[in-house]
Amino acid sequence: MLGREQLQHLLSAPLAASPADETEIVVLAADDALTRFANSGIHQNVYERNAEVRVRAVVGRRSGVVVTNRLDPPALTDAVAQATAIARLQPENPDFPGLPEPQAIAPLHPFAEATAAYSPAQRARAVRAVCDLAVERGLTASGAFSTGVRELAVANSKGLFAYQASTRAHFTTVILGEDSSGYAERAATDVQALDVEALGREAIERALRGRQPQAVAPGEYRVVLEPYAVAEMLDYLAYIGLGALALQEGRSFLCGRLGQPVAAAAVSLWDDGHDPRGLPQAFDFEGVPKQRVELISQGVARGVVYDRETAAKEGRASTGHALPAPNTLGPLPGNLFLAPGNAGREELLRGLDRGLWVTRFWYVNVVHPLHTILTGMTRDGTFLVEHGEVVGPVRNLRFTTSVLDALASVEAISREAIVLPNWFGGDVVPALLVGRFRFTGITEF
Amino acid sequence: MRDLTARVLDLATGLGASYADVRVETRRVQVVSVKNGVVNALSDETSSGFGVRVLVDGAWGFASSADFAPAELERVTRLAVEIARASALACRTPVQLGPPVRSQGRYETPVVRDPFRVPIEEKLALLQAADSLMRAVRGVTVAESSCECQRVDKTFANSEGAYVEQVLIETGGGIEALAVGEHETQKRSYPNSFGRHQGTAGYEFLEAMDLPGNAQRIAEQAVALLTAKPCPSEVTTLILDPTQTALQVHESCGHAIELDRVLGTEASYAGTSFLTPDKRGHFRYGSEVVTIVADATVPGGLGTFGFDDEGVPAQRTVIVDQGIFRNYLTSRETAAVFGETSNGTMRADGWNRIPLIRMTNINLEPGPWRLEDLIADTDRGIYMETNRSWSIDDKRLNFQFGTEIAWEIRGGKLGALLRNPTYTGITPQFWQSCDAVCSEWAVWGTPNCGKGQPSQVAHVGHGAAATRFRNVRVGVV
Repeated sequence: MLGREQLQHLLSAPLAASPADETEIVVLAADDALTRFANSGIHQNVYERNAEVRVRAVVGRRSGVVVTNRLDPPALTDAVAQATAIARLQPENPDFPGLPEPQAIAPLHPFAEATAAYSPAQRARAVRAVCDLAVERGLTASGAFSTGVRELAVANSKGLFAYQASTRAHFTTVILGEDSSGYAERAATDVQALDVEALGREAIERALRGRQPQAVAPGEYRVVLEPYAVAEMLDYLAYIGLGALALQEGRSFLCGRLGQPVAAAAVSLWDDGHDPRGLPQAFDFEGVPKQRVELISQGVARGVVYDRETAAKEGRASTGHALPAPNTLGPLPGNLFLAPGNAGREELLRGLDRGLWVTRFWYVNVVHPLHTILTGMTRDGTFLVEHGEVVGPVRNLRFTTSVLDALASVEAISREAIVLPNWFGGDVVPALLVGRFRFTGITEF
Repeated sequence: MRDLTARVLDLATGLGASYADVRVETRRVQVVSVKNGVVNALSDETSSGFGVRVLVDGAWGFASSADFAPAELERVTRLAVEIARASALACRTPVQLGPPVRSQGRYETPVVRDPFRVPIEEKLALLQAADSLMRAVRGVTVAESSCECQRVDKTFANSEGAYVEQVLIETGGGIEALAVGEHETQKRSYPNSFGRHQGTAGYEFLEAMDLPGNAQRIAEQAVALLTAKPCPSEVTTLILDPTQTALQVHESCGHAIELDRVLGTEASYAGTSFLTPDKRGHFRYGSEVVTIVADATVPGGLGTFGFDDEGVPAQRTVIVDQGIFRNYLTSRETAAVFGETSNGTMRADGWNRIPLIRMTNINLEPGPWRLEDLIADTDRGIYMETNRSWSIDDKRLNFQFGTEIAWEIRGGKLGALLRNPTYTGITPQFWQSCDAVCSEWAVWGTPNCGKGQPSQVAHVGHGAAATRFRNVRVGVV
């Protein structure tokens, strides 16, 4: 690890010597290891140490970015000079609000020594235990077990310095039978919080239950969506419309709908980088502290997330959701929380007179962003439920459905919520009983 | 460099590795993007490092670092061996690599204009010109134009005696126009979606796209789409433009023929494949007009190189021959399972990733038709252009694609404009319904192909022309 003091010392000199009007340096340093398994054995096992250094130089309202993975002082000085030269090549950007002043950031320490010290042999032994469990049941195990340490530092020439070290452990497994499969996944700051064998058993149970799937006709169904499926759906919803840029450009489904009902009253969705129940991150890539942002409260659309540029356009403050510069996507939520309900998992299933129980989605893509229409496949365990009882597994189906329509028809939500990583951070999501979900095709397995 | 690679390989074998390789890479990427008249990205990114891959007791280990200090070279090499020994704790089948690879040589992408020597001002002027022309069209809300160039310098050496050096240069770019209506948004892209079209070539590749010359046309189409008829829901004849045909090849053929998927080693993430080994040599994948090759040697293709990241020379392999499935994309390890040798498709997304089987240029061979003749030969159907959404199941059977724009075909002529077009099908049935491939053929770059854990993005290519399919379900939305 580099550590706060070393990074602060390392970045201070090039910032002080920068020829630009304003300069920002973002360092994302990582020690990441991942053990991958398939056919019930380890087949890939990797480690990397890297530090990405992102220098943004500002001249007037023009900015240039240079990225390097060299952290030595001459390399940093060169990067600052290059970024300044690039900035000078372009016309002014009237919307650029300048770099932020230092702000107080509530400290977080999502760091577990056990995760940082976790060895290749420890990962291998955990993986072997899951593989052995699968083989004992006549199944085949595959998956990945990763552990890592990350340090994010943001420093700028206005005196801002933000630093956070964090650890993350992530386990995912797909258990294959001859005509079935099961899935389990969790993420945590502390590897000791991951019960890898229990996750293996969860996926094994699903694979055993999924044998001899039958075809059901596509059409509209009531569904119980496991948290894996819910998280995927919400990640896409966030991507297509919960950032301020999408709203400002008129391509968000929330255009003209803020303050209006967009989901069932039971649905509350927010972003909170400070909540330790998730995978917390105290500040964004501009060094701005993350604010809790209410996105949907009791079914009513409440807001979107902002970075400095989108916030300045509306005369408001950033909510701390900037992505690394140069960022053409705009700000995005990274720590989504969907409010849990009060139903047990079996209660959700009992709520289905006739419907489908979906473990997860696969290869989801956006068909129509304004109408929040997504398409994708079910995967790793889909079951027909009648009169509250699981009748049996069904072949995987293609859905083409509106996320907002699904959220508007939520009838019940599970008490339990789980932590899953997303593109930029982590989600904490429960399972849902959804009244309307449209399946448009079926595959051969 | 030879000193560095020799030191790593000697140490690895001295520590017990039966095989070792080391890759040293520097990748530089420059991105220039203009949005609504403002430069919204101008960046230059460089990443350097080395990765060490070893086999110990028949199991793999890999470690990598950005720090080239001698002590770090040693730490990382020792760690790769330690990781391999850990892998051996849960390795059921010892890895066999087949015959040794002892390639020697150097490959450099041929370019007319080195894109990194083209002044940024020239790139900005090109993009600003296209941007202005798009924004001049009333109704366009967001105009975006961008270009990207990449240079990879890499050296590969292995303990069997291979030593190869490569310089791979890519140039790409594209434009997009977004129109926003009261209850509708529509986007048009040129020459392809995913932000850009890209090839292994110099700046001449971008110049040939003529972005300004196409800006007004796509902007007008984006606006016109706001009030166009919705794509009908029916079963009909479908003609795909070359870019959508390329993506159809990518998703339904390119991934399905990756032998690592077929053998189950991508099951935990990308999935497996319906093209199981029992189908090889006789399974009718498509109609007789469908011939698909994997060709890493085609000039300019985004999947073109000299050697893969196991040191195997670039090759051309017939995948589907007149509709019959013949071959997979292979690595040394997977080819050895069938007593064969690799056809050279192992590529890593940088120094800090292991190589995986990746598409090279997976090309649908051209047919005899001219597009205008094909449309004239179609009494009723739909012509779709430029991908908008894509999805396929984890065995590569059930797919659904959306495109940005479509037109009715009535009486052999293009008719009304259609918005939100989609189509769906099952891979072999779909390709068996293909009855015509056009002759106007080009290699389309797909710069966003994802695979692996940790995730890796590959740059791959697809030779394709406009193609006709019968009895396709369209209008799924």
